[in-house]
Amino acid sequence: MSLDVQALRAQFPILEQQVDGKPLVYLDNAATTQKPQAVIDAIMAFYTQCNANVHRGAHHLSDESTRRYEKARDSVASFINAGTREEVIWTSGTTEAINIVANGLAQKLNAGDEVVATELEHHANLVTWQQACEKAGATLKIAPIFDSGELDVDAFESLLTENTKLVAFPHVSNALGTVNPIGELTRLAKKVGAWVLVDGAQGIAHGGVDVQSIGCDFYAFSGHKLFGPTGIGVLWGKKDVLEDWPVWQVGGEMISDVTYQSATWGALPNRLEAGTPNIAGAIGLGAAVEWFRALNTDDVQAHEQQLLAAATERAQALDGMRIIGTAPDKVGVLSFMLGGAHPADVGFILDRQGVAIRTGDNCAQPLMKRFGIPGTARASFSIYNTLEEVDMLFSALKKAKMMLA
Amino acid sequence: MQIPSSEEIIDDLAFFDDWEQRYQYIIDLGKGIPGLSEDQRTPDRLVKGCQSNVWLISETKDGKIVFDVDSDAVIVQGLLALVLAAYNDKSPKQILDFDINGYFEALDLERHITPTRGNGLRAIVAKIQEQARQAIH
Repeated sequence: MSLDVQALRAQFPILEQQVDGKPLVYLDNAATTQKPQAVIDAIMAFYTQCNANVHRGAHHLSDESTRRYEKARDSVASFINAGTREEVIWTSGTTEAINIVANGLAQKLNAGDEVVATELEHHANLVTWQQACEKAGATLKIAPIFDSGELDVDAFESLLTENTKLVAFPHVSNALGTVNPIGELTRLAKKVGAWVLVDGAQGIAHGGVDVQSIGCDFYAFSGHKLFGPTGIGVLWGKKDVLEDWPVWQVGGEMISDVTYQSATWGALPNRLEAGTPNIAGAIGLGAAVEWFRALNTDDVQAHEQQLLAAATERAQALDGMRIIGTAPDKVGVLSFMLGGAHPADVGFILDRQGVAIRTGDNCAQPLMKRFGIPGTARASFSIYNTLEEVDMLFSALKKAKMMLA
Repeated sequence: MQIPSSEEIIDDLAFFDDWEQRYQYIIDLGKGIPGLSEDQRTPDRLVKGCQSNVWLISETKDGKIVFDVDSDAVIVQGLLALVLAAYNDKSPKQILDFDINGYFEALDLERHITPTRGNGLRAIVAKIQEQARQAIH
């Protein structure tokens, strides 16, 4: 069975619109994905039927709100194969999830300790560790990549020592689309006893994430890149690690007992979730997870690979186009330079033709510097994109090339 | 190429009926301004946009402010030429009196001057206006 893309597209009302009189071709999915009607309905239903604060109220609405909210946690736990539901911590997104871990790490690190990340990092999975290391007097080491954008696993391994306390890497590079061998990297990091955090922001929407089989300690992702709403994300962590992790923000339901002078913390997951949570966001993400799980993962991945192959072939045939990121294992991301044109100009002329892409440093300035470029233009595909849209991208690029020559 | 006046630009752009011609005209305008040398593109003159960078130098001559600008993106460079047409070699009072939002609306280019666009254009306009204010005080 292959994916019925037209039926899938029909579930995304936003994709029907026109931009400047031209059909919208949305190819900025690595920045955020669009939302299916099922997700929009779940959020709407929450606000029209059962809006109330969770876990507190002595009334019907609060019971119903809590039920939907915690059911969403179950959906996520089952989707990523968490050991227990308490391992799923709601956050505002990947960035906050990584900050929770980095904040705790800063308290656990000592001078002389080391943290290892990679050249592929998004700023959120780099600056966080810089800050943690700086506070503790620890050292941040960066594992290099090859010119293809593939991680140099041998070099990565050689950076690991008995002083390595935490290793962080992206599941998938946001700027290049490289898929990292996260199971293997985790196994290597575990040999030296380090904690492992996988930045799953770009990995989660391609299906097949099983946190127990990866073997990592933390896996972080955002709801809005998985067809869910913005402002909600997940920090998954191993229960025994999270139970002992320093609390992040304090206040609200994360507290167990309080006197005027002191407080003790509640149990997981609440101990890492201060304040009234993003209830509607969690419910929306739960709906997104259920919607996505109903698709066949093999079909999803095959469709995305088909789009990537078509786009890559067209790119290689277009004179002056340079693909940035040519690792053998990639998701549907095409980062490129078009001749000597500035990516911002390319993005602008594409926008005038209804084609939405990302341009700029991709929140990965050191990585762009490594390639000697100010940034890239980036087209990123999702399950609702079509081969016709790949054609439209390249027609639009030809025009851009002509105008910017 | 001499940069036309802001009135001439409004007339010229009204003449084109498709977006490609309009932007080709804007790109060509940008090519007509001299830009800055590598040495002149210093960090203190940089106005950083999220997607492209702009550099600005200003100098007061005979009560008027003269600007030199440059961008690493050609469409932004063209938009800067439009800004210069309005502001260059004008007195501080003329600069502050000029209705820049109305100008971009008349050009049907207001989308470029909105805060959501990370091209540094709005920041450049704010900087020019700030320099005019300082020159008056």
